[in-house]
Amino acid sequence: MKVSLFLSCYHDTLFPEALKSTVKVLERLGHTIDVPMQQTCCGQMHFNTGYQTECMPLLDNMLAAFKEAEVVVSPSASCVGMMREYYPYLAEQHGTHAQAEAVAALNAKTFELSDFLVNKLGVEDVGAYYPHRVTFHPTCHSTRMLKIGDAPLKLLRNVKGIDLVELGAKEECCGFGGTFSLKNADTSMAMLSSKIKNIMNTGAEICTAADTSCLMHIGGGLHRLRTGIKTLHLAEILASTEEHAHVS
Amino acid sequence: MSVKLPMFEKTAPENVQNSQLRRNLGKVTGAIRVKRARVVDEMPDWEALRDAGYALKTKVLRNLDTYLLELETSVTRVGGKVHWAQSAQEANQIVTDLVKSHGATEVIKVKSMTTEETRLNDALAASGIKAIETDLAELIIKLANEESSHILVPAIHKNRSEIRELFIRTLGEPDLTDEPANLAGAARRYLRKKFLTVPVGISGANFAVAETGTIAVVESEGNGRMCTTLPKVLITMMGIEKIIPTWQDFEVFMQTLPRSSTAERMNPYNSFWTGVHEGDGPQEFHLVLVDNGRTEVLKDEIGRQTLNCIRCSACLNVCPVYERTGGHAYHSVYPGPIGAILTPQLIGIENASSLPYASSLCGACYEVCPVKINIPEVLVHLRGRAIKYKKDHGTLKDKLSPEHLGMQAVAKVFANQSRYESAQKLARMGQGVLAKEGYISSLPGYLSGWTAMRDLKTLPQESFRDWWRKREGQK
Repeated sequence: MKVSLFLSCYHDTLFPEALKSTVKVLERLGHTIDVPMQQTCCGQMHFNTGYQTECMPLLDNMLAAFKEAEVVVSPSASCVGMMREYYPYLAEQHGTHAQAEAVAALNAKTFELSDFLVNKLGVEDVGAYYPHRVTFHPTCHSTRMLKIGDAPLKLLRNVKGIDLVELGAKEECCGFGGTFSLKNADTSMAMLSSKIKNIMNTGAEICTAADTSCLMHIGGGLHRLRTGIKTLHLAEILASTEEHAHVS
Repeated sequence: MSVKLPMFEKTAPENVQNSQLRRNLGKVTGAIRVKRARVVDEMPDWEALRDAGYALKTKVLRNLDTYLLELETSVTRVGGKVHWAQSAQEANQIVTDLVKSHGATEVIKVKSMTTEETRLNDALAASGIKAIETDLAELIIKLANEESSHILVPAIHKNRSEIRELFIRTLGEPDLTDEPANLAGAARRYLRKKFLTVPVGISGANFAVAETGTIAVVESEGNGRMCTTLPKVLITMMGIEKIIPTWQDFEVFMQTLPRSSTAERMNPYNSFWTGVHEGDGPQEFHLVLVDNGRTEVLKDEIGRQTLNCIRCSACLNVCPVYERTGGHAYHSVYPGPIGAILTPQLIGIENASSLPYASSLCGACYEVCPVKINIPEVLVHLRGRAIKYKKDHGTLKDKLSPEHLGMQAVAKVFANQSRYESAQKLARMGQGVLAKEGYISSLPGYLSGWTAMRDLKTLPQESFRDWWRKREGQK
C-alpha cells in the first residue's frame, strides 16, 4: 500500500526519529512511503488556544497536501485527533460545505500509526526486538478521542525481549495539554509529578506512548529530575530489530 | 452586571501548593472515582442510559418554551404558584418578598446550586432574613464564612479536625471529638430546633416534571425531606433547564444521577412533591423559574449542551486539574470542568475568560458525563470565543501580549511550506545560546513556563523532511 506520512510539525522539527522509525516499520511491512512536502502544521496548537480563524489556512494546506493520498498515517495521535475531532467543527464554524466534504474524505483515510497497524492492517507483530524494561502511557487523545484502545499494547506485547510493565493510574492525564503547560504551568507540573511517581514505581528504563507531545512533557520532567528514565515514541521501539537494535 | 472573575492561572498555583487541600481532595475524589466506577460498571445498559439522558435533555431544550408553559399549568393546577425571574436579582426579590409576607426572619434551606448562583442568602440577609443551610457540608461552609469548593460536597476541602474546631467555635459545643458521628450529632442538635420552628423552607430542584407539576429533590441526609415537609411555606427556586417532560423520564435520571454523584445505586432520600395538600405538608408552594443567562446559552449551537447538566459532579471527581487546584481556584459558583464551561456562558466570556483554559483537555469529564456533555468541545469552543472577544474588544495590552502576537505570527509561518521550512532552519540556528548538553533548561518570556519545570531537548541538526529529501535523492 502507498502510505502518505502525516508528519506533524513538532515531529518533523523536534523529533524526527519517531518519523524515521515509522518509515522503517511500514517499509519493513512492505508498504511504500510518500511524504507530501506541502504539509506543515495541522493547527492543533492554535485551535486549542482559541485561535480558530488562524487554523483555516492550515486546514486548507493539509487538505491540499493529502488530496491525492490513498491512506494517511501519523505517529502523532493528538494531531490525528485534531483532524478527526475538530476539522469538521472548523469547517462548520468557519468554512464552507466543500471544505466540510473534503475534511470528511480526509478523515476517512487518516489513521494514527498503531490504529493503522492493528485495526486497519490486522498486524500485531512487526518483528521488533527491544530488550528493555518499558512502561506504556496511554495518552488522553489516543484513548479518549481516537479510541484506539489497546492497539499500542498489542504491538508492544509482541516485541521480542521487551519487559513490559503496567503503569499505575495509567489513564490519568500527564498534564501536558499544549499551551496549558505554559499558561497553567504549576497545575501542569502537579499533574506531571503524579505521572512521574507512577513511572518511577514501575522500575522501567523507558516510558513510551503513541504521542511525542506528551512524551516531550514527561521526558522534560524526567530529565530535569535526573531520573535516568528516558521517553521514546512507540514507533522507535517497533523499528528496533535484532539486526538494528535501537540504542536509547 | 456580572463581576470579572480573577484569572484561574493566577490563583491556581497557591492552591496547588496547599498540602492539606491536596491531601483532602486526593483522598475524597480518589475514593469516589473507584466507587462510581463500580456502580457504573455493573450496569449493562450504561451507555444507552447516557444516550437517553442526552436525548431527553436535548428534547427539553429544543422545546423549552412549550415545556415551561406546561409546567406552569401543571403546578398551578395542583395548587402551587409559579413566578418568572429573568435575572438573579429578580429571583431573589421574589423570594425575599414572599418570606417577608409571612413575617419570617429565618428560612431553612435544602442545598441548592441555583440559590448559590443568585446569591439568595446575601439578598435575604440584606432584608434581615437569616438563611439556615441544613445540608451538613453547606452548613459547615456557611458557619466558616467560606465559599463552596464542590457542587455536591461543598466542604470537600475541609477535614474533620478542621470541622471540629469550627463547630466548637460556632455551635457552642465545647466537648466535641473529631469522630464523624460526634460531629454529625452536633449539627443534628442545632438543625432539629430549626426544622421544627422555622416557618419557611427553600429548596432548589433536581427535576421538575412538566406533565404533573412535580418537583424532585434527591439527597443523602434527610434534611431535604425535613425542609420540604415541615415548614408552612415551601419556595423552590430552579433554573429553567431543570424540566423533564414526563414522570416516566425519571427511569433514566434516577439511575444515572445517584451513580454519577454519590456513587450510589439510589439516593437515601428521594423527595417528590406535587402542589399542596390540605393538612399534609406545606400549605403554600411557590415555584420560582430562573433564567439568569440560560436563554443566552441556548442561542449557542455548541455551547447549549452545557444546559444538559444535572449537577452530578462526576466531572469534578475525575478531573486531574480540579483534584490539584480544588474548587476555590475557579472563583466560580460552579467549579471544575462543568464550571469552566457553564460560568463563562452565564456571566459572559469577558468576565471569565481564563476558565475555559483551566483544563488540559484530557476528556475524562466527557467520558463520565451522564448526559454526554462534550466538555472538551465546549471548552475549545469557548476558547475561540475568548480570543474573538480579545480581537474585537481587547485592550492594547491584550493585543500586544506575547501569546497573542506569537500565535498570529506562527500561524502565518505555518500556512506556507517555504516560510515553515525557513523557520525550522532559523530555530535550529537560534537555539545555540540556550542549549547545553543536548537540552535547553531556560527559555525566555512566554516559553519560560515550560523550562521553569521541565527541560527541552534541543532541535536536531536535521529535520525529518531534510533527511527524507536526502534519502530520496540518494535513491
